[in-house]
Amino acid sequence: MFRRRRDAVEPIEAIAEPVTVARPRREQRGMGLRARPSGLGARLRSIMGAGSPATAATWDAVEEALIGADVGATTTLELVDAARTRLRTDGGRSGEDARRALATEIRDRLVRVGSGRFELGDAPCVILFVGVNGTGKTTSIAKLAHRLQGEGRTLALAAADTFRAAAVEQLRIWGDQLGVPVIAQRAGADPGAVAFDAVVAAEARKLDVVLVDTAGRLQNKQQLMDELAKIRRVIERRLPDQPRHVLLVLDATTGQNGLLQAEAFSREVGVTGIILTKLDGTAKGGVALAVADRLGVPILFAGVGEEIDALAPFDPEAFVEWLFAG
Amino acid sequence: MFESLSARLQGISERLRGKARITEADLDVALREIRLALLEADVNFRVVRDFVARVRERALGSDLLTGLNPGQQIVKIVHDELVEVLGGARHHLSLDARPSVLMMVGLQGSGKTTTAAKLAVRLRRDGKKPLLVAADVYRPAAVDQLVQLGDQIGVEVHTRPVGTPALEVARSGLEEARQRGVDVMILDTAGRLHVDEAMMDELVRIAGIVTPAETLMVVDAMTGQEAVRVADAFHAKLPVTGLILTKMDGDARGGAALSIRAATGLPIAFLGTGERTDGLEAFHPDRLAQRILGMGDIVSFVERVQENVDQTEAEATAKRMMENRFTLDDFRNQLAQIKMMGPIGQLVGMIPGASEMAGAAQEAVDSGQMKRIEAIIDSMTAEERRRPDLIKASRRRRIALGSGTSTAEVNRLLKQFGEMQKMMKMLSGGKMPRLGGGLGALLGR
Repeated sequence: MFRRRRDAVEPIEAIAEPVTVARPRREQRGMGLRARPSGLGARLRSIMGAGSPATAATWDAVEEALIGADVGATTTLELVDAARTRLRTDGGRSGEDARRALATEIRDRLVRVGSGRFELGDAPCVILFVGVNGTGKTTSIAKLAHRLQGEGRTLALAAADTFRAAAVEQLRIWGDQLGVPVIAQRAGADPGAVAFDAVVAAEARKLDVVLVDTAGRLQNKQQLMDELAKIRRVIERRLPDQPRHVLLVLDATTGQNGLLQAEAFSREVGVTGIILTKLDGTAKGGVALAVADRLGVPILFAGVGEEIDALAPFDPEAFVEWLFAG
Repeated sequence: MFESLSARLQGISERLRGKARITEADLDVALREIRLALLEADVNFRVVRDFVARVRERALGSDLLTGLNPGQQIVKIVHDELVEVLGGARHHLSLDARPSVLMMVGLQGSGKTTTAAKLAVRLRRDGKKPLLVAADVYRPAAVDQLVQLGDQIGVEVHTRPVGTPALEVARSGLEEARQRGVDVMILDTAGRLHVDEAMMDELVRIAGIVTPAETLMVVDAMTGQEAVRVADAFHAKLPVTGLILTKMDGDARGGAALSIRAATGLPIAFLGTGERTDGLEAFHPDRLAQRILGMGDIVSFVERVQENVDQTEAEATAKRMMENRFTLDDFRNQLAQIKMMGPIGQLVGMIPGASEMAGAAQEAVDSGQMKRIEAIIDSMTAEERRRPDLIKASRRRRIALGSGTSTAEVNRLLKQFGEMQKMMKMLSGGKMPRLGGGLGALLGR
């Protein structure tokens, strides 16, 4: 009665050839962020000139800069308050002191929630990828698979996005390119069943990691969220301590709705960390900072480019440096 | 997590009670709240600054309208100003050329491919013959995705073998469009970052080949502060003619639309809602304004209901809701409709804060509670359903007996229905964003 009403999807007859062409390559360095100034640092420096004392107007401008980075009004006000307190206790006065206090405040908060700390634990480790439509779940899976392969892990990918047209093919193409088995059923199949198959296959083949792709869903669609919770339960029933990770894939260009996303996905399936994608544009991904700070969800990885190796472990130090240096 | 602007301004209304004019000091307090509300709705901070300045100008010294408290009046000024910025923004596609080329552009994941299929459906409904051209040669299986969508909707899709450059696909697509004599060619392109010069140049070259009648930028409604920068960059490189705002069935406020509109002046052509290929809606400035303000989108809600139920009945219900004449009969009907419609989440998602209600309603169905509520209402007389205040102790006992429930349950239903009516009254007055509390509570949360 409350079933998802979607267009019927025909079973796939044959899997098409990989349809990829290399994009023109862009420059990559470090966490992949250094090549592109955030713009925020320059703003803050002009606001908080080294010699001049920090004034109320300075802090107003800082607020605006953070809001412009999608940190959100509420979190921004709180961060600035905390930074001002920190500045008072540290005894600093200059704009540069203020800038440093703010940077330290943000970094400490990111570190406190465990950002950048990612461990697989016992094999097979099941990682469930969740998020709204179009954030880059499938691409992030390919990138993380590539990274884990590089660490010598054995893997399987589970194509549990059985809804979106050609989602299974998209994952298959990645699997072929990486030489990683893809557990899939026909389009329209029960995603829980696909996840279950993948877990069983991983046990049988003694694989280290299973990465489970799921269909993008908007967090206000309860029946779709229920479906996701069911996928989680199916995995849990087979392996009580899994999924070890439920990674929310969050688009860096997302605004304050990111908080609602994190809140809903956490409530329904217990998000353990964030993959912040598309951090290679001009977006600062400030909403992830708000999510980490307000919901205590760590940021674990950052997608910093189109290439398969463009997924960096999230480094709070480098992130804050990038935010304030550019 | 978000407080609606109306709620924020409630406190201010208290302060302003009894005053004949809005003073500058009062206004400053209100404007601060407006600024925060707009920022939380993801309106760009520069756009907010200009917007707030205009609201200030309009509000200063303006006489209070009868029937509105000062807080409401400020909300009205903000609302009207929003409609003005957004309005006149409605865009009609220019489809005179044959074939007219519609080029879809935007960031990755904004929804170009799905939207291309939706456009094809809509244009065909308008009597046009469309052709889809799959020129996203970068994302794995993007071509397959469009082919599958084309199969679903019965529209031809032009594709080329793997490894064909996007320009070549666009060129041969146009050729096929001419040969087939189609009216409209919808060109899907790969998502790209506005700062990726090589990829942006590719778009410029594609546009040079197909000379699009419309270059439609697809923007995710959830986009934050970067929306302006992204739109500016695309607009600077390409002759963008209109915007399509996608994922509007989510609970994002959609402030990005206002930002882009204010910064670029580009009109909004359509809104994308849902994953079904018929989910493309016309744009209405006033509805988006209400949404940005967190006032809920009751008109879209009602329209969605109309798709599934008898039109005249839905109109009558909506009218009664707005006029606060919503009866237990209406409620009973709505329960039946909700059960018929299925995807309740999509319905209530249009009302900010109401998504919890979907869960509550679902639970009520699952636990059989919905049935009990229906039984109680069915055990009332027609008169009682219209006027629940008639239902005193003995009638309650009769209803409980008749429905096989208890007087406690009857009491609870009546009490909560009363609460719900109160909330609808506020909602119709533009004051109540959280319908979830009302119906959610009624359904046992």
